[in-house]
Amino acid sequence: MEIIVCLKQVPNTTEIKIDPVTNTLKRDGVESIINPDDKTGLEVALQLKEQFGARVTVLSMGPQQAEKALGEALAMGADHAILLTDRAFAGADTLATSKTIAAAIKGMPYDLIIAGRQAIDGDTAQVGPEIAEHLDLPQISYACEVGYNADTKVFTVKRQFEDGYQILEVEGPCLLTVLSTACKPRYMRVKGLVDLDNKEVQILRRSDLVIEDEVLGLKGSPTKVKQTFNKQYNTNKQKLVLDPAEAAKLIAATLKDKHLI
Amino acid sequence: MSKNILIIAEQRCDRVQNVTFELIGIAKELAKVNGAEVEVLLMGHNIAGQVSDVVGYGADRVILVDDPCLASYLTEPYAQAATEVIRERTPGVVLVGASSIGRDLAPRVAARLNTGLTADCTKLAMNEDGTLEMTRPAFGGNLFATIVCPDHRPQMSTVRPGVMKKCDFDASRSAEVVHKEIAFAPQKIRLVEEVKVCSVVDSIEDAKILVACGRGVGNPTSIEQAKNLANELGGTYCSSRALVDACVIESCRQVGQTGKTVRPECYVAFGISGAVQHLAGMEDSDYIIAVNKDENASIFNVSDLGIVSDANKVLPLLREEIEKLSRA
Ligand SMILES: Cc1cc2nc3c(=O)[nH]c(=O)nc-3n(C[C@H](O)[C@H](O)[C@H](O)COP(=O)(O)OP(=O)(O)OC[C@H]3O[C@@H](n4cnc5c(N)ncnc54)[C@H](O)[C@@H]3O)c2cc1C
Repeated sequence: MEIIVCLKQVPNTTEIKIDPVTNTLKRDGVESIINPDDKTGLEVALQLKEQFGARVTVLSMGPQQAEKALGEALAMGADHAILLTDRAFAGADTLATSKTIAAAIKGMPYDLIIAGRQAIDGDTAQVGPEIAEHLDLPQISYACEVGYNADTKVFTVKRQFEDGYQILEVEGPCLLTVLSTACKPRYMRVKGLVDLDNKEVQILRRSDLVIEDEVLGLKGSPTKVKQTFNKQYNTNKQKLVLDPAEAAKLIAATLKDKHLI
Repeated sequence: MSKNILIIAEQRCDRVQNVTFELIGIAKELAKVNGAEVEVLLMGHNIAGQVSDVVGYGADRVILVDDPCLASYLTEPYAQAATEVIRERTPGVVLVGASSIGRDLAPRVAARLNTGLTADCTKLAMNEDGTLEMTRPAFGGNLFATIVCPDHRPQMSTVRPGVMKKCDFDASRSAEVVHKEIAFAPQKIRLVEEVKVCSVVDSIEDAKILVACGRGVGNPTSIEQAKNLANELGGTYCSSRALVDACVIESCRQVGQTGKTVRPECYVAFGISGAVQHLAGMEDSDYIIAVNKDENASIFNVSDLGIVSDANKVLPLLREEIEKLSRA
């Protein structure tokens, strides 16, 4: 089985820097990690590999430094890593990102594509389903359990909703987005780290993809960031220092006043 | 291309979900600016009875796709029906609830239509030329971004449940109903089993009064007292993520960025510090009472009545005071 895991490197902090010129997030100088949902996706892939045999390829689009996240994925047990990196990809929104990743995947063999449900920096949950659409694949999002029958080649997936769940069956190739509750990602293995010397991250650039220029990067993004801002709160609001008895009286009186009691 | 606003309704358990009515509410506001009509796409099976609900809440037109293929939510048939209807109606704006279903469906549809999609919006504003400004939180609520989609149509957005206000229900309204037949493609995904928990007991989004607990009142006695208080006031209880992470309160009662957005008539917060992620879920409550022993707690930046005191001592006394006043 050939499994591709889509993985994003994200900043591990809530500290935010914005480029005042382009109005996009500055990612330099902030500690980076593998996006948690994506790391779970890799774990799901590695477990399928252990049970049924598979080659696991991790694929990321991002700046050169995302090589580090891919290195960690290799040390966890991925077989192959690909980084899509090029100036031409920069500033992409979810549509442009998904088209770029889909273009890279098109030339590769796969039975299953796994993505995390969403990335902690953008929280959109859009790239996975959009990749599935561009590749014309069935998608199952919010997967929390993934089973496989090697004889019938059918995946059985439990998909979590707010108010229940579905058990779904699908034949590959298909795309799943997984929840971080699906399983607990393993740590990097010592052997994995040693093996790392023999594994390289393959770099794919603009020229390696068959895709039109118009759909790439900032230019190929239908959505534009018009403005970013932080919420300003009024920090000078009045507050009353009261002993518990006075406090209880005042709250009760206020509720009465508002006809809530 | 029309300038209309099309809402993809969400129906589950034979009921149109609240977020759909909220979307109609905001769409009516937006439509006033550029004179658009508000159309609602209702998909499902045996759902004709739900048409009057969306009409009563303000739909100008309902597009109904009623088909056995849509009996349970599955991405592909829903995406196919939605895409065909959008191509036919050519709305300027498409709004979808940012629920699990909406966030699965919308990106699939947006990619098929080759247009932009802005996720989980908390504010929408219409310009006279029909361009939509979509504001959403990013980085866990630390930053907000206003997004536009200047050159592609429709402009699509998923909108966070609980944030927009629905209109009052008007049973006397009427609207055009358009029936649409779809020739569904064969399905690649088979539904083996579906389990739904249809009745959420005292959901925090519907409560008039919420008594909220944070880490500051994390002990069992205080939590019990807060629950009783909520009960007595005819409301229910909720909490910050701190107590959900500590497994003290159920996750469906978490308020905030990664929980629910609430706007009760009164929100009473005990021992909650007021992190931005928590404020994002409750700051639009009509009236906010906060009790915290730290006078610099950020919760006081949004409270209408801020009290610096020990919540664990206030809670037991409050019950007596309320009993006194409700007898009076
Ligand atoms: C991406 C992300 C998403 C998040 N999403 C959410 C979310 O959806 N909802 C959410 O709530 N949080 C969320 N958080 C967590 C949030 O940042 C805070 O950590 C959390 O809200 C803190 O909960 P708290 O106020 O109960 O606890 P604390 O911050 O520990 O505050 C406890 C407060 O209790 C006060 N206190 C202590 N003892 C007493 C006493 N006896 N009487 C009165 N006051 C007392 C203290 O002064 C303090 O202000 C999120 C965080 C991240 C990074």
